[in-house]
Amino acid sequence: MHNYKAIVIGVSAGGLHALGQILPKLPADFPLPVIIVQHISPQSDNFMIRHFNSISKLAVKEADEKEEIVPGTIYFAPPNYHLIVENDFTFSLSVDERVNFSRPSIDVLFETAAEAYAETLIGIILTGANNDGSRGLKRIKDFGGFTIVQNPATSEVSAMPEAAIKIAKVDKILDLDKIADFLMRLT
Amino acid sequence: MALPIKDELEIIKENENIEIELLLNAIFMKFGYDFRNYGKAHIKRRILHRKMVSGMNSISEMTHKMLYDPLFYQEILQDLSITVTEMFRDPSFYLSLRSEIAPLLKTYPFLKIWHAGCATGEEVYSMAILLKEEGLLKRTQIYATDFNQLALQKARAGIYPIDRIKEFTQNYQKSGGKSSFSDYYNARYDSVILNESLRENVVFADHNLVTDSVFGEMNMIICRNVMIYFDKELQNKVIKLFHDSLVPGGFLCLGSKESLRFAESSPRFESTFDKEKIYRKKFTV
Repeated sequence: MHNYKAIVIGVSAGGLHALGQILPKLPADFPLPVIIVQHISPQSDNFMIRHFNSISKLAVKEADEKEEIVPGTIYFAPPNYHLIVENDFTFSLSVDERVNFSRPSIDVLFETAAEAYAETLIGIILTGANNDGSRGLKRIKDFGGFTIVQNPATSEVSAMPEAAIKIAKVDKILDLDKIADFLMRLT
Repeated sequence: MALPIKDELEIIKENENIEIELLLNAIFMKFGYDFRNYGKAHIKRRILHRKMVSGMNSISEMTHKMLYDPLFYQEILQDLSITVTEMFRDPSFYLSLRSEIAPLLKTYPFLKIWHAGCATGEEVYSMAILLKEEGLLKRTQIYATDFNQLALQKARAGIYPIDRIKEFTQNYQKSGGKSSFSDYYNARYDSVILNESLRENVVFADHNLVTDSVFGEMNMIICRNVMIYFDKELQNKVIKLFHDSLVPGGFLCLGSKESLRFAESSPRFESTFDKEKIYRKKFTV
C-alpha cells in the first residue's frame, strides 16, 4: 500500500469546469494537500479561489511564499508567479521567465514537487491547449510517483492530455467524472 | 543486480544537492556573491538549466569551468539573478502610491528613495514618471541599486524593446497616469529610449543586499520580488537592513505576493496599506 503525501494538478483551457468535477467531491477529511496550477491571465483577480471555496468542503487558498504545505488544503498558484515546492515542503514563488509560454507553469510545479515528494506524489494533467506539464509528469513518474491523465476524449481541449500521454508513462487515463472517486480510493 | 531507478534518482538528487552547495561556496569564496541563503529549489532549477544549455556532464564540471572561465562565470551569475520585470508592474500598487502615499511625501522638502534590486530599471523609470506627475521629481534623489552589473548597464541606458511598449502603456494607464505614456519615450527602430530628464535625479549603483550594509535616511524603499528568492533567515536580515535605512515614518514597498508576516522586524512597521504591500516604519520604537 502506497503512502501518498500530496497531489499536484495541472490544467489549462477548460479548467473551471474540469476542476468543478473534482474538487467539490473531495470529502472534508481528505488526507492530502492538493496543489494546482491553472493557466490564468496575469491580471486575474481571485475569482477561482472564491468560486472553489464556495463549492468545496476543503479550504481553498492561493499559495503564499514560504507557506508550509498542510494536508486537506487546496492551493492555487498565484497569477503571474511560478509555484515551486521546496524539499522542506514549503512553497516558493518566482517571477522567472515564462516556461512553455506560461507563468505559472505546470512543469515548474511538477518538477519541483517530484523532487520533494518522490514516490509519495500523485500528478494529474487535465484539459488544456498546450503541452505544459508533460515534462513535469514524466519527472513525477521517474521519481516513482503515480501519474493520471484525463481521457482526451472527455477533455474540453485534448492537446495537453495527449501531449502528456505521449511523453510520460501514464499510470491511469481516466474520464473526468471518475477522477475524484479514484483519488479517494488511492488515498 | 541493477538498482531500481527510484534509488538511483535518490542518489543523483543527493549528489546534485552537494554539488550545488559546493558551487555556491565557490562563487562566494572567489567572487563574494552569496547565494547560499537563496531558495534551494529555485537555485537548483537555474543551475540545472545552465548545465543542460551548456552541455556539461555535471555540476562539478560547471564549478571547475566557472573558476577558470570568466565568461562562463558571468553566465551563471546572470542565471542566478532574476531580471524579469516591467514598467508599472502591478498597476494597482502605483495607483495606491499615487493616491495614498504621494500626498504624505509632499510634506517633505527633500526626498530620498531607494530602489533595492532594480534589475534593468523599468520600475525605477515608472517611479520617476509618477513623481514627475505628482510634482515631486525635482526634490527627489533616487538610488537604484543591484548587484548585477549587466542589468545596471541596461537600467542606466533606459532603452527597452519596442514590443513591450503596449504592455507598459496599458499598465501606465491603469496606474492612474496623468498624461500620454508616449510623452516619455522616443522610438527608434525596434527600441524605445526613455527621456533623459527622468534619470536626472537617479544614481545607479552597485549594491548587494546580501553582503553590503545600510543605505541611510531613506523616505521610501522599493524592493519588489527580490526577497521571494531568499530563505527566511536572509529575508529577516534584509528587512532589518531596510528598517535601519528608513527614516521614522518612511515607507517600505514589497512585491504583491511578499509580506512582513514572517519577519522579526514586523512589529516595527505599520501595515496601513498592506493590501498593496506598502509598510511604514513606526515613528516610535
